[in-house]
Amino acid sequence: MTNSIFEKRKRISDKSMSFFIYLSSLLSVFILVVIIGYILYRGLPVFNFSYLMNTTSIINDTVGILPNIINTLYIIVLTLLIACPIGIGGAIYLNEYAKNKKFVDVISFTTEVLSGIPSIIYGLFGMLFFGTFCGFGFSILTGSLTLAIMILPIISRNTQTALETVPKSYREAALGIGATKWYMIRTVLLPSCMPGILTGVILAMGRIVAESAALLFTAGSVHVLPANIFTHVLSSGGTLTIELYLQMAKGNYDVAFVIALVLIVIVLGLNMLAKLITKKFDVHEVKN
Amino acid sequence: MENKIVAKNVNLHYGSKHALKNVSLDIKENAITAFIGPSGCGKSTFLKTLNRMNDYVENCKIEGTILLDGEDVYDEKVDTTVLRKKVGMVFQQPNPFPMSIYDNIAYGPRIHGIKNKRELDRIVEESLKAAALYDEVSDRLHTSALGLSGGQQQRLCIARALAVQPDVILLDEPTSALDPISTLKIEELLLDLKDKYTIAIVTHNMQQASRIADYTAFFLVGEMIEYGQTKDIFSIPKDKRTEDYITGRFG
Amino acid sequence: MENRFLSIVSNHKTKSIVEKTAAIIFRGCAIMSIVAVVSITGYMLISGTPALFKEGFIDILFKTTWAPTASDPQYGILLIILTSIVGVILAILIGVPIGLLTAIHLAEMANKHVRKILKSAIELLAGIPSVVYGLLGILIVNPMMYKLELLIYKGDTSHQFTGGANLLSAIIVLAIMILPTLINISETALKSVPDDLRKSSLALGASQIQTIFKVVLPAAKNGIMSAIVLGVGRAIGEAMAILLVAGNAVTFPFPFHSVRFLTTAIVSEMGYASGVHREVLFTIGLVLFVFIMIINLVLTFILKKGDCHD
Repeated sequence: MTNSIFEKRKRISDKSMSFFIYLSSLLSVFILVVIIGYILYRGLPVFNFSYLMNTTSIINDTVGILPNIINTLYIIVLTLLIACPIGIGGAIYLNEYAKNKKFVDVISFTTEVLSGIPSIIYGLFGMLFFGTFCGFGFSILTGSLTLAIMILPIISRNTQTALETVPKSYREAALGIGATKWYMIRTVLLPSCMPGILTGVILAMGRIVAESAALLFTAGSVHVLPANIFTHVLSSGGTLTIELYLQMAKGNYDVAFVIALVLIVIVLGLNMLAKLITKKFDVHEVKN
Repeated sequence: MENKIVAKNVNLHYGSKHALKNVSLDIKENAITAFIGPSGCGKSTFLKTLNRMNDYVENCKIEGTILLDGEDVYDEKVDTTVLRKKVGMVFQQPNPFPMSIYDNIAYGPRIHGIKNKRELDRIVEESLKAAALYDEVSDRLHTSALGLSGGQQQRLCIARALAVQPDVILLDEPTSALDPISTLKIEELLLDLKDKYTIAIVTHNMQQASRIADYTAFFLVGEMIEYGQTKDIFSIPKDKRTEDYITGRFG
Repeated sequence: MENRFLSIVSNHKTKSIVEKTAAIIFRGCAIMSIVAVVSITGYMLISGTPALFKEGFIDILFKTTWAPTASDPQYGILLIILTSIVGVILAILIGVPIGLLTAIHLAEMANKHVRKILKSAIELLAGIPSVVYGLLGILIVNPMMYKLELLIYKGDTSHQFTGGANLLSAIIVLAIMILPTLINISETALKSVPDDLRKSSLALGASQIQTIFKVVLPAAKNGIMSAIVLGVGRAIGEAMAILLVAGNAVTFPFPFHSVRFLTTAIVSEMGYASGVHREVLFTIGLVLFVFIMIINLVLTFILKKGDCHD
């Protein structure tokens, strides 16, 4: 019998728990590897750049996702154009103007609620409100307005976090010279939290690219090339995800995997971009 | 000498805290007035009432009058941006903006409508010279201000305050975050500046007050205990509490 | 300029108008989130309740027959509600242990490199579109579950084979999809536990694992609870990933039954439904919305409670 400190106590529960902890971590990574691996395995062999430049047409006997890529870009740009001013402005109000704590609490709560509402509900609401009530029908505009509400929390929270990290002394210095509040915000606050806002915008882009349920009944699924670049926002347009769903439902797995491959590349790219900004400027990002 | 600022019966409450009690005090033109006292005595709070930086503190209520050149600072018609152009402020921590040295100095003039590049160049150069910083930074005006040392940053902040051509400069413990050599440089600078400006400085450092101030006010728990010429305050204080503080018996 | 007396009394009318306008616009932006929540709630109620009054609460919410296109249509959605509840509970039961243990690894044990890899993996998992999960569900999970089904029900003539498109497959997909939510929020909760607690536990001779499970986890209880609640919200609202994976038949939620969730019921029929049928689909949306609002309230309650303890 010894009482040496060199004697290792054996704890079976420690050992087994550690095992399960490592196993779980491994599983998470394994799942990702399987997902990406499988998409590459099925997507790469059938991938052909002609998919990216063509329209699916029975008459011409071509298969392609160019219209869907264009629609996705339209929706990204339009959604961000709508959501960014509102999200950033709201964050500025909460952080710089609001004095009433109750009011701030209510807005924080509703922002929380917005980020918890499933996309299918956004889809229903968008269809009823923007589509039917506002009369925009199935259109890229309806889809973008719907998605704009959906990504509002991502934009505003990231902006708020960025604003919070700006030292109080910057504000004091600007106001102390006689800058008005809005001038101070424009020239000092916004430039110094640009990286944080940008990270939020990129995360929101990822969310838009990946979205499908909220778009099915709002932007619709039409896949023709835009006839007119300006009126296109008022016509129906299916994004990459919607096209992926339709092809998958029809059993056209080859095209589905080509789209999946494109989507994964976009998601990966956005992820790396966000990381790059975070790393370069040392900003804090907020996820949903 | 004329009174630049006249404060009469100023009372200030933070919520339920009575932070300034009936403070009356005149600040003379082209002189340095120092506010001394232990921390939390209200000297910084009083300084901030002079250019209304307390407006941004929640639950802050102010009574009494403060006149700047005979105009009531707390009149509802006052444009705080003009007030702060006339009454500039330098803070305890050097707080340059994350911009170039040039843009830091030009920030104020630009706010107040100066767009002409040559005019801005002139102001930047003059302000930096006035703050005795020009020689040290003239070759890197367009590099980030955050690359300067602490003492240089604080002189930059003073230059930034000077660039809007204020009448009064308020300094809130401007040297407390600096080393002795930088402190000395800033003190010399303030002595130079008082010919053209009215200066009010909060300091916890009594030697500093005695070295540079023409007038000194002693604050204690929200009250202004004694105010007079610096040499009188330090040699023949009238109040027992001032004497105790000056001789280092507390604080 | 230097010699002229400059009055501090306002002579800048336009400036103050700009300032006031800016403040008002920002306020408007902030109010937008309230407007959005109120109008979404309003629209859900307005569109979801008519069917309830026409067909009766009980006939819709507590009947099990879903035959919207029959000559005598019936709109019982009880099985659909049950499927969502059972599906989410089981997905949580699978996802939470894996997610929590991964979060523990991340927050307490992993070195810098492992952390980096894990973090990136989880970020990517979160970014993968639902439809891609659905695609892989059909082509990877379904065949696996079909093999299992064949094994279990071999020779059973009464069992209706699903080809793998069943509740079990949907649960597996859901469990994977909620992992990032569970891991990220639990990790934040674990990391916010002060180091003093760990040190004092270790100083008493506890092992690292004991410290984690006896001291750190209890201290992070509230954060982990919110992770689970958010995971529930994510799982109950997911539509596109499980639409084709779950088989889409309205049956009792047994593992090897083809089933229909609240979300998939809406997506699969909204395209062609009309009249009362369409209204009932909105009622399903309302039920889903009510679930989400309950989850939100629970979450707020947990967070409030956490605040009080600090």
